[in-house]
Amino acid sequence: MIQEVSFPPAHTSPLIEIHRVTRRFGSKTALADISLTVPRGGVFGLIGGNGAGKTTLIKHVLGLLKAQTGTVAVFGLDPVANPVGVLGKIGYLSEDRDLPNWMRVRELLRYSQAFFPAWDPRYAEELREAFDLDPAAKIKNLSRGQRARAGLLVALAHRPELLVLDEPSSGLDPVVRRDILSAIIRTIADEGRTVLFSSHLLDEVERVADRVAMIHEGRILMTATMDDIKDSHRRITLRFSTFQDRPPQLVGAISSMGSGLEWTYTCYGASEQLKQAALALGAAVVEETPLTLEEIFVSRLPVRSSRSQAADLAATPQPAAT
Amino acid sequence: MQIHISTADGVPIYLQIVNQVKYLVASGRLAPGDEMPSIRLLAERLVVNPNTVARAYRELEQAGVVEKRRTAGTYVTEQKSPLARRERVRLLSERIDALLAQSRQMNFELEEVIDLMRQRDAAMQPASAGASP
Repeated sequence: MIQEVSFPPAHTSPLIEIHRVTRRFGSKTALADISLTVPRGGVFGLIGGNGAGKTTLIKHVLGLLKAQTGTVAVFGLDPVANPVGVLGKIGYLSEDRDLPNWMRVRELLRYSQAFFPAWDPRYAEELREAFDLDPAAKIKNLSRGQRARAGLLVALAHRPELLVLDEPSSGLDPVVRRDILSAIIRTIADEGRTVLFSSHLLDEVERVADRVAMIHEGRILMTATMDDIKDSHRRITLRFSTFQDRPPQLVGAISSMGSGLEWTYTCYGASEQLKQAALALGAAVVEETPLTLEEIFVSRLPVRSSRSQAADLAATPQPAAT
Repeated sequence: MQIHISTADGVPIYLQIVNQVKYLVASGRLAPGDEMPSIRLLAERLVVNPNTVARAYRELEQAGVVEKRRTAGTYVTEQKSPLARRERVRLLSERIDALLAQSRQMNFELEEVIDLMRQRDAAMQPASAGASP
């Protein structure tokens, strides 16, 4: 890199700083020039479909993968060069919850305690009871839900500064999912701690995340606070005075559907601004509704044929997908 | 305090909390002087981000629905204040607007709607029987 990068002073430095990371596996590009900053404190949600690059990105944060180009800093350190300094302060639950199958629950706790200096045995015991984990049970015999809880216990019991959860809810029943979400909330309610989690269950992300990055095909489509994302997107229905064969171009529209006199647009922009734009087209706003995070994410996905346009979604309205 | 959060219709979560607390206060299910759950407790109970609850409480405070006390804790304010009355009028107006819109669609005259409301009100009286003069 020829480009000079200036780092902010240490006290304001973000918890995770990913700068222009590209990762290829053979001919497949898993991450394409990704830059991402995770501030200290709060819940950061990584959202995207299967194969979007979420897990690959997380593995770079943990130092399990080395950046081919670009840099990764966690707590200001390179996680590949400082595995002890970084991993000791991270609680991690992987998507496949890889735990030593041959151990019993009590052995898993003892083993994990030896690994993390900050392990809190009383908290671990509290969690074990709350999760109803039998100390004598073999890990390999645990149900899917109990296995996830065991993994969560190990991730939480050393009260990590950073909790990283990769698709923590996938394949779990609602009761265990609630345990996981509650653990996320309790973690950040304790001053200054941070959670990074990936999920394709966007209703969960909408509940618990303060900040979101949308990932698609190894690229970041958008990253913003949840409040900003929700405030800046809406669905409006316009009623035109004359019959329209095609939806008239509306500034800020991401997609549209409808026919004749009424067309409904998914939009990026302030309510007032959209009303003005509608007025200029000779239409009236007859309905305005908020969008769920899932609807916003789907609207942000590039139209298949024009993938390259996805990079700067916020600035350029996409051609209407009808 | 019964609050239900849904992510199905896209309404921001903080706003759902604000609206439901206002409704609980206006309907008397939260009384002046009642203590609100702590931000942390409500966040855990609703399974939502604590910052979202904090934002809801800030908005409720600005609207005069709740107040922070020096001894820590958030309480429902005395509802005799004009602010609270204005809020109750606003909430009721929303319901009336919806009713009027629907009656117009169904071709009811305003007088008919008012008559119908009187009839329904009379029909509801036996529910509070015994207290009648």
